[in-house]
Amino acid sequence: MYPSRFDYDSPATLEEAIAILDEGGGEAKVMAGGQSLIPMLRLRFASPERVVDINGIPNLEYHRIDPDGTLRIGALCRHEDLEFSTIIADTFPTLAGAAHLVSDPIIRTRGTFVGSLCHADPQGDWSATMIALGGKIVVQGPQGRREIEAKDFVLGPFVTAMAFNEIAVEAVVPPAKGKALGGYLKLERRVGDFATASVAVALDMDGDTVTRAGCAMAGVGGQTIDANEAISVLQGKTLSVENIEAAAVAVAAVADPRTDHRGSSDYKRHIVETFVNRVLTSVANSEKKVAVA
Amino acid sequence: MAPLDELKIGGMGASRRRVEDNRFIRGKGNYVDDIVLPAMLHMQILRSPVAHARIKSIDTSAAWEVPGVRLVLTGETMAARNLAWMPTLSYDTQAVLATDKVRFQGQEVAAVIADDPYIAQDACDKIVVEYEQLPAIVNPIQAQKSDAPLIRDDKENQASNKIFDWEIGDKAATDQAFANADVVSKLDLHYPRSHPSPLENCGSIADFDRATGKLTVYMTSQAPHIVRAAVAMVAELPEHMVRIVSPDLGGGFGNKVPIYPGYVVSILASILTERPVKWVESNSENLISTGFGRDVYLEGELALRKDGKILGMRMKTISDHGAFYADAQPTKFKIGLMHSTFACYDIPTAHLVSEGFYTNKAPGGVAYRCSFRVTEAMFFQERMVHAAANDLGMDQAEFRKVNLVGDDMFPYRTAFGFLTDSGQYQKCLDVGMAAIGYDTFKQEQEEARKRGKLLGIGISTMTEPLGAGNSREYDIIGIKMFDSAELRVHMTGKALLRTGAKSQGQGHETTWSQIVAHELGIPAEDIVVEEGDTDSAPFGMGTYASRSTPVAGAAVAMVSRKIRAKARKIAAHLLEVSEEDIEWELGRFYVRGNEERGVTIQDCALAAYSNIPDGLEPGLENTAYYDPPNLTWPFAAYLCKVEVDAESGVWDVLNFVAVDDCGVRINPMIVEGQVMGGLTEAYAMANMQYITFDEEGNCIGANYMDYLLPTAWETPGFELHEVVTPCPHHPIGAKGVGECATVAGPAAFVNAVMSAIEHTGVRNVDMPLMPNRVYEALQTGKDVSGMPPVLSD
Repeated sequence: MYPSRFDYDSPATLEEAIAILDEGGGEAKVMAGGQSLIPMLRLRFASPERVVDINGIPNLEYHRIDPDGTLRIGALCRHEDLEFSTIIADTFPTLAGAAHLVSDPIIRTRGTFVGSLCHADPQGDWSATMIALGGKIVVQGPQGRREIEAKDFVLGPFVTAMAFNEIAVEAVVPPAKGKALGGYLKLERRVGDFATASVAVALDMDGDTVTRAGCAMAGVGGQTIDANEAISVLQGKTLSVENIEAAAVAVAAVADPRTDHRGSSDYKRHIVETFVNRVLTSVANSEKKVAVA
Repeated sequence: MAPLDELKIGGMGASRRRVEDNRFIRGKGNYVDDIVLPAMLHMQILRSPVAHARIKSIDTSAAWEVPGVRLVLTGETMAARNLAWMPTLSYDTQAVLATDKVRFQGQEVAAVIADDPYIAQDACDKIVVEYEQLPAIVNPIQAQKSDAPLIRDDKENQASNKIFDWEIGDKAATDQAFANADVVSKLDLHYPRSHPSPLENCGSIADFDRATGKLTVYMTSQAPHIVRAAVAMVAELPEHMVRIVSPDLGGGFGNKVPIYPGYVVSILASILTERPVKWVESNSENLISTGFGRDVYLEGELALRKDGKILGMRMKTISDHGAFYADAQPTKFKIGLMHSTFACYDIPTAHLVSEGFYTNKAPGGVAYRCSFRVTEAMFFQERMVHAAANDLGMDQAEFRKVNLVGDDMFPYRTAFGFLTDSGQYQKCLDVGMAAIGYDTFKQEQEEARKRGKLLGIGISTMTEPLGAGNSREYDIIGIKMFDSAELRVHMTGKALLRTGAKSQGQGHETTWSQIVAHELGIPAEDIVVEEGDTDSAPFGMGTYASRSTPVAGAAVAMVSRKIRAKARKIAAHLLEVSEEDIEWELGRFYVRGNEERGVTIQDCALAAYSNIPDGLEPGLENTAYYDPPNLTWPFAAYLCKVEVDAESGVWDVLNFVAVDDCGVRINPMIVEGQVMGGLTEAYAMANMQYITFDEEGNCIGANYMDYLLPTAWETPGFELHEVVTPCPHHPIGAKGVGECATVAGPAAFVNAVMSAIEHTGVRNVDMPLMPNRVYEALQTGKDVSGMPPVLSD
């Protein structure tokens, strides 16, 4: 468990960090929380020549909601900041639902939301929530900033659409059209385990009508699975038992799980269906309660 | 004079805080990896990436070129010093560094010794080994096939992969019992491989001093004295020139009983470099190459009378020992104490057959937190009992009560020859049933079913043999299983106690002092306990198999009594009366009939160095070697209530009640800690843990992301109760307890889940009861057997 030799930089500005990456020609690696990178270094799965630690760069810890309702999450916002956030609980229930399920409490104190997106683990929780919510990732390189849709951000297991000399500086989640509802459910063998299967469901509701439905899954494919199209069967509809079941079946159909020691592909697909059903049913029930109240 | 309050001086029964925790929680423990010696070098081991292969060549030239590398060792260099192979604790041999073949993935192939561990790892990566891969055998079922490749072709007269055939019991009488049975109930199951997973991995620092000729090895060993003897033999060094020091150990759980190649290689490296050499393995190295637990296929049957009486028991075990038979067990018993199975039940006759096999896996089958295979024995027992009660249509508790050995039947000779000597089995079960609300459960279960909820309740009851020896029957490689204690009382009445045991978290520093306090009235805080240094500690067999309190703890009581006997003579001298006129109360001698006239134990200690009666040796110290007359037999009754989510197979523990009778409790808080820790491990085995292998022998799950250790988050709460039946032969009435919960726990969880789902017709789901397996059983009503499959599509 001894990493290969690497140089370590702790730049004070984004520009400086990007210059180091640019100079590194693909052999430098950004470290934010380090909760995935350090184990990979220790196991020698990754042997970068340089590690560029961005923790010294100021003003990246934030998460805030703009006046128009857009959520912005800075590159050094820790999982824990979202877990205990007072501003996302009602406005972004899908994120709030996932925040306390990301890894374990120890890792959540240090690991970052954006870093987790960049790690692009097929079993990662945050990618699924971002795709379901139709979020974007802002990346900055020598030529300036650009935005990448969350659904286009991950190209494959541990591979993103970023260039070697770019840093993901912010995640952006658009405001809901109407009331934001939804949730995140994950089957894990133990707290801190990766998902055997998980689903992120994000709904924008106008009264009892779904104006936008988003969904993505982790752990049930070679990468995070975009199920936005599948769940769009709910678009313009109410959360009736039949509509919920139809949506759950549609989402499960696009899951692409593999049989492994965590379960058969059929089992994982069944879990996806069950979990989508549960999130939607719980939303439907909570809406009913509100209506009654 | 008011007599001493034993609880106030930290004596028997005091829930004293653990004195060792003071340094542990402050990060001031002194583990092997904390030790830094001047000019120390660091060693890393190159391990085989394949499970079974002939080594065609090893090229170390590039490793030697790395700046900072001091030594590169291979099997060839070891062989030149006759150290390529070493004897194991079970009369087998094990490769230190591979010469001819590698026989499991992760086997030690070469070692690099360098200025720091980073350099050593870099150089390891530069060693080129050419392997010619051979077909791998990954379970004992494959191993016994006639065309199976021979794993141990290094051994003369080893024509197959079988290690042993062993049997015990009366076959003819048992066959007769089955012929007479009204009902025969059968079960077969697999107890999956699990790993002891001490938080501290294994390691050593070998320090050979050329000037004195003395070898000191700091080592993660649960049994340092056995290691000293073994090192002296293997390294051909005189035993008095070998000092083994086990400093603080971060858990052992049986994983630190075997002698690992890394220790031996570090010793040779130190001899060759004449510098201290440190080797500390990583988590993955520990998981892939050190002693695992279990991995046994068990099948058996019970001959039953209609009224529930068990007439006979038959059982067969097939065990996987990996490539080298290196798990320690008492010499007479090839599959440990497996034959203690069903010891709490009154069964007239029984027969057990055991076969052990080599496979292309790390050597193991160690007693992971259990007394030599009793975990597998008791798990099978309680799963079998559960199945039999169902087959008879009897209530689980009722069936057990019909068959449990009664309080008036002790001493009771089991069908396999053990002598259980004490217990209140029915009472323990009754306490547990009352606590969990057993009588109303059936109704609760039915009502829950109507609401679509699946509830289940499981029982596990067992007595287990803890504290080997006696020395007539129990030895390891010929060394008898007694233990020892040495007590020195200083002139101010403070004391130093040393034993041949070795705490790995059991809290010996706390509890041993309490025994001395109980026997002598010296406050526990006035006693310091030292263990683990073979130059200072008296010879002992170490700590495993719950043997510390039954054996070393008894020695502590006995040496304290020797001290008291001498102090009595001194007291008589000080009080100017004859010894016969002296009475003892805790901490004090007084003159019979004149209680006011007395001297304290501290007075006697001072006199032992300052005012010795004529004819008596000065000083107040002694040593006791204790050879127990029998094992100790604690009893556990565990009851677990679960709810299974039918849609996902996820199960939650609603309540868990543990009733333990471990005799007299020295420190109740430590006992409770042991039970909770053991139950946590039991829960993990039942729920989530497995290490499996693909067809080529690649280990799937040799890291703590795949092999899961439970955390406080998912571990259920446990409700603990006690019943106290003192051990009739132990000097303070104590029995072993450290392993009861790991042993009896898994069946309680599994029986509970089965109780929730067996209405579908399923009879057995092998551990771990992961959600997907429970769901499969619910859907199909069929058994789910064996290890979880590896990637298959």
